[in-house]
Amino acid sequence: MIGGLFIYNHKGEVLISRVYRDDIGTRRNAVDAFRVNVIHARQQVRSPVTNIARTSFFHVKRSNIWLAAVTKQNVNAAMVFEFLYKMCDVMAAYFGKISEENIKNNFVLIYELLDEILDFGYPQNSETGALKTFITQQGIKSQHQTKEEQSQITSQVTGQIGWRREGIKYRRNELFLDVLESVNLLMSPQGQVLSAHVSGRVVMKSYLSGMPECKFGMNDKIVIEKQGKGTADETSKSGKQSIAIDDCTFHQCVRLSKFDSERSISFIPPDGEFELMRYRTTKDIILPFRVIPLVREVGRTKLEVKVVIKSNFKPSLLAQKIEVRIPTPLNTSGVQVICMKGKAKYKASENAIVWKIKRMAGMKESQISAEIELLPTNDKKKWARPPISMNFEVPFAPSGLKVRYLKVFEPKLNYSDHDVIKWVRYIGRSGIYETRC
Amino acid sequence: MTDSKYFTTTKKGEIFELKAELNSDKKEKKKEAVKKVIASMTVGKDVSALFPDVVNCMQTDNLELKKLVYLYLMNYAKSQPDMAIMAVNTFVKDCEDPNPLIRALAVRTMGCIRVDKITEYLCEPLRKCLKDEDPYVRKTAAVCVAKLHDINAQLVEDQGFLDTLKDLISDSNPMVVANAVAALSEIAESHPSSNLLDLNPQSINKLLTALNECTEWGQIFILDCLANYTPKDDREAQSICERVTPRLSHANSAVVLSAVKVLMKFMEMLSKDLDYYGTLLKKLAPPLVTLLSAEPELQYVALRNINLIVQKRPEILKHEMKVFFVKYNDPIYVKLEKLDIMIRLASQANIAQVLAELKEYATEVDVDFVRKAVRAIGRCAIKVEQSAERCVSTLLDLIQTKVNYVVQEAIVVIKDIFRKYPNKYESVIATLCENLDSLDEPEARAAMIWIVGEYAERIDNADELLESFLEGFHDESTQVQLQLLTAIVKLFLKKPTETQELVQQVLSLATQDSDNPDLRDRGYIYWRLLSTDPVAAKEVVLAEKPLISEETDLIEPTLLDELICYIGTLASVYHKPPSAFVEGGRGVVHKSLPPRTASSESTESPETAPAGAPSGEQPDVIPTQGDLLGDLLNLDLGPPVSGPPLATSSVQMGAVDLLGGGLDSLMGDEPEGIGGPNFVAPPATTVPANLGASMGSGLSDLFDLTSGVGTLSGSYVAPKAVWLPAMKAKGLEISGTFTRQVGSISMDLQLTNKALQVMTDFAIQFNRNSFGLAPAAPLQVHAPLSPNQTVEISLPLNTVGSVMKMEPLNNLQVAVKNNIDVFYFSTLYPLHILFVEDGKMDRQMFLATWKDIPNENEAQFQIRDCPLNAEAVSSRLQSSNIFTVAKRNVEGQDMLYQSLKLTNGIWVLAELRIQPGNPSFTVRVPAPALPAPGCLPPSSGQPFLPSLLPRLGVSSDGVRSSPARLEPLGTWHE
Repeated sequence: MIGGLFIYNHKGEVLISRVYRDDIGTRRNAVDAFRVNVIHARQQVRSPVTNIARTSFFHVKRSNIWLAAVTKQNVNAAMVFEFLYKMCDVMAAYFGKISEENIKNNFVLIYELLDEILDFGYPQNSETGALKTFITQQGIKSQHQTKEEQSQITSQVTGQIGWRREGIKYRRNELFLDVLESVNLLMSPQGQVLSAHVSGRVVMKSYLSGMPECKFGMNDKIVIEKQGKGTADETSKSGKQSIAIDDCTFHQCVRLSKFDSERSISFIPPDGEFELMRYRTTKDIILPFRVIPLVREVGRTKLEVKVVIKSNFKPSLLAQKIEVRIPTPLNTSGVQVICMKGKAKYKASENAIVWKIKRMAGMKESQISAEIELLPTNDKKKWARPPISMNFEVPFAPSGLKVRYLKVFEPKLNYSDHDVIKWVRYIGRSGIYETRC
Repeated sequence: MTDSKYFTTTKKGEIFELKAELNSDKKEKKKEAVKKVIASMTVGKDVSALFPDVVNCMQTDNLELKKLVYLYLMNYAKSQPDMAIMAVNTFVKDCEDPNPLIRALAVRTMGCIRVDKITEYLCEPLRKCLKDEDPYVRKTAAVCVAKLHDINAQLVEDQGFLDTLKDLISDSNPMVVANAVAALSEIAESHPSSNLLDLNPQSINKLLTALNECTEWGQIFILDCLANYTPKDDREAQSICERVTPRLSHANSAVVLSAVKVLMKFMEMLSKDLDYYGTLLKKLAPPLVTLLSAEPELQYVALRNINLIVQKRPEILKHEMKVFFVKYNDPIYVKLEKLDIMIRLASQANIAQVLAELKEYATEVDVDFVRKAVRAIGRCAIKVEQSAERCVSTLLDLIQTKVNYVVQEAIVVIKDIFRKYPNKYESVIATLCENLDSLDEPEARAAMIWIVGEYAERIDNADELLESFLEGFHDESTQVQLQLLTAIVKLFLKKPTETQELVQQVLSLATQDSDNPDLRDRGYIYWRLLSTDPVAAKEVVLAEKPLISEETDLIEPTLLDELICYIGTLASVYHKPPSAFVEGGRGVVHKSLPPRTASSESTESPETAPAGAPSGEQPDVIPTQGDLLGDLLNLDLGPPVSGPPLATSSVQMGAVDLLGGGLDSLMGDEPEGIGGPNFVAPPATTVPANLGASMGSGLSDLFDLTSGVGTLSGSYVAPKAVWLPAMKAKGLEISGTFTRQVGSISMDLQLTNKALQVMTDFAIQFNRNSFGLAPAAPLQVHAPLSPNQTVEISLPLNTVGSVMKMEPLNNLQVAVKNNIDVFYFSTLYPLHILFVEDGKMDRQMFLATWKDIPNENEAQFQIRDCPLNAEAVSSRLQSSNIFTVAKRNVEGQDMLYQSLKLTNGIWVLAELRIQPGNPSFTVRVPAPALPAPGCLPPSSGQPFLPSLLPRLGVSSDGVRSSPARLEPLGTWHE
């Protein structure tokens, strides 16, 4: 299991160090080994797992802070990384951004958290909802707690529903669903789709009283087809609109065995915001934009680039925050750009022409042309021609996913599904949206 | 409130100031001071001097302050054990506190204070906490048992905590169950023999129920524990799989990977005809692909595991090639792993796409990545024959880019393509030769030289090209030197007239001016070959080479199976078994996939082979330099064997001789087995693959019955053989043999005078040899030996002479002197004369040692035509001091476990499998791990014994005791 956990700043100074097991040797040795071999290493990090003198170091980096877990045993590596991410989430939930300043300001709190969520190197309950009930920044709570409160805390921390405490009350029961998708594309210069997939998340923000039992439904092909067996009419209607989900994963509140057997998504949600599910689709993706590049080398010192983008969705919808990034060679000396719409600029520091358009309606087309002057070089190596990448945001789900319902039942309290105010929003963003040129 | 100020105090006299503050009456000031102390501790300052003052702050109702003091205690208690006792009272009191959070905190902290005196006081509170009414305290106490076990295992057993812990597996609270499972699993690891976890269908059922209810981390503990269970049949395996599959949809990647591990392992037991088997295969692909959308670090872990899964069951992901395409912004470690998997998944169906991608990658920036991409193109050519032509033309395009490392890499892979498709693409040689000057890496130079040598007859200026390399011969790396030597010899054999001078030059460079024994040996072999029999030389050097197989870097199948059992863990990331990177007793337990149960079918074995390889036959794994497997076993695989496979290191030969040569002549009655004076050791050209065969043939002698010699009185004695023919010794003929009787070794000599004059003044001397054999008495020939007279002498020997490693190991060089001259001869003594009478190993020790020797080091061979039954074999072997330690009967076969001990204290273990009615025996000898390269310098005069010892996994004074494997070997009986 995890033998120790260290947090460093970018210089390699230790901000937090907690040793769980003696086998990792003296604190000093382990701490220094990582600093010398990884943080101060000359070349780029070649692996997130480093073995130094039979000791393994796992690290993740958040802005310029390094988190390293150390072990001498054959630990579950996936678990260690999941834990490190969780650790970051927990810290962020307590004091916001993970920065040197914040870590120094909260070091007592961090030690307290580390003592709680990692015992002898074994991760324990690390749900912020539960942790915040008894680890607070004010610290002193123990005296004021009644016996009931105390046992409520412990039963929540160890309980089956460790992510929600009992007795939550809202005057107004309300919930928000965000379907956030990122659409990824790799296209050949000839317009052939090399790979495309949507990775989506359903984020729920709930303000519900009691212990509400929720059921979430979407236009999952498997569910629709199963239901449609009875009424042929409905199948033909909804058949087109249903989507094939390649795979999905759920927050730990979702009853997985029920999903496996009935494909129904039921859960008792944590209070506040959480990520209900993640999913991935690859079929029938609506690609919101098509990029058509044309690069011509004119002699050895000049490049002509023309890029056309076409929007491919309902004309009534508007895409926002459109940005096209056209890479330029390292030996670029000057660029002249002409674009029909938006603003384009050559950014020498980023070796790219960045073309920004604020808004663009569906079924439209726009174009940019640029002349790139090159310095003559005797560098034998050809320019690698990185792909043209694109960013955007559209108000629909490129996968075609639709939320059909989210039912709420709370038998013990006197509010019904109809009393809950529900909101749904769809946002499609570009993931890695690249066209080779 | 900001705490960062605590990090900034650096003034002198700080400790005194802190001391004052710690003893302050004001609570706030105290707390501030403790915070400062902790901050100093974090940045590495020594604040242990404040121990008593900090401990004084422990008695407080302020939970935050208490926690800080505890943190301090955990750090410094070990350095101040006596003062740590001061804290005990507070701990014991806190364990009784009405607040469960405080009770848990106390027991958690106490377990972290690794001071013996404290652990004694811990027992009572821990016992109470394990039965506490609050689950939070129980789950903390469960982990505390593991902590205590780590400090004092005996105490935990004596106090009966293990039983309490086992009871917690049935606890009503899922988190308590999960922590108990984690603690028990850890403790069980250090007691491989104990049946601590006691997994049975009932307890498995409990775990599976808890699996649905506990936290994500608890699910991981439980799944990892489940993976150690072996279901009793395929039905049970299926039902567990069905209950584990829902975990594949968990948001936590570690839960998913641990579930995958359980499924991959239990799938072994399912019949491929089952519908469920197909369903399961289909269910595995999507979650594996989803792992690739996780954060990069997790992607890396996932990809390393997918790499294993793809090798074990290629069918799972065969349609998912596209998801492994490299993204421009992927971190380099993700890119390299994806590339590796792409090559494994490449097939005729997707090769066009793959090649287009690879070509794209070859223009990227990162040098390692580009190299690997180029190499991948070559591997595609070898793997998918239809694409070879396209690959070659792609490689030629890349060579035209003139980017130095691209060109070198391309040449290395083209060499492999030549080996796979001889006489097909040689038209490109001219292009390759153009780039000769730009090659600066040894591997590329060696590859180019190989190509020139191999196709010397088609390259007009081959001699000039090779000569140009010769100038800086001594500055080249060994790899290049060896290759150059071979290439020039090839050239000479092909064009003898014009290259005589060149070949002489290289031979003298290799043999006279080089310190490298490998190079020297190879040089001498060529020299001897060329000078004695050029025709034979041609046959050897220009022999047709075996075609290389399509997979160059498959993980060796038994290692792969073991790694599958470690999915998700570090072992799967390193692609090494835990014993390779975990110190001490932990992790040396070898895991293996469960055998397929025969409930529904019986003829399954061919299907278990990976689909990538033809069934029934193991894929040839070509070791490349820096090959993982090589590193792992510390095998000296030597430079890549791209020429004739001559360069197997003598290290291997040594180990082999011990078994092969020794057992060889044990019972043999064929005179050549013992060796006349002209006996020549098998040349070093033997490749490891042939070893089985040569050993086997030797062993069959062992059991040969025809001579019935020596079955009753002591060990077997071979008939005398002529060691020194009269022609070579001016009329003295010496024949002899070796015997061992009741512990004493003797050399039985027969001296015949075939000369015309009387011989007198005999004396004998042995050269230093591997086992220190030396005459125990002078050679006494009482009367002068008249012409045509024969005298028989028994010369007692001992093993206290000086030691030097011989080639072969049992070679003995003897000098005999008489009044005429001194004569030298060498003979091979049968190894069994060195088998001592107390060679019967204790059974426990045997079991432990046997388990300790890695599976992959076992040698196995057959003894044919030996119609003995087990008893007869056993008694016959015993007469030669090879003892049966245990015997058992498995599926009608008799398994004999044998041990023997050599005079120098080395133990040899063997397993003998005898099928009644079948005259062939199977012998398994766990050839022990080889020493690290350089440990045993060949042909140096150093005593070899010390270096031989680690190789056998034993020490001279006995057997290293080590924990054995988990699964019991069945019933043992004598």
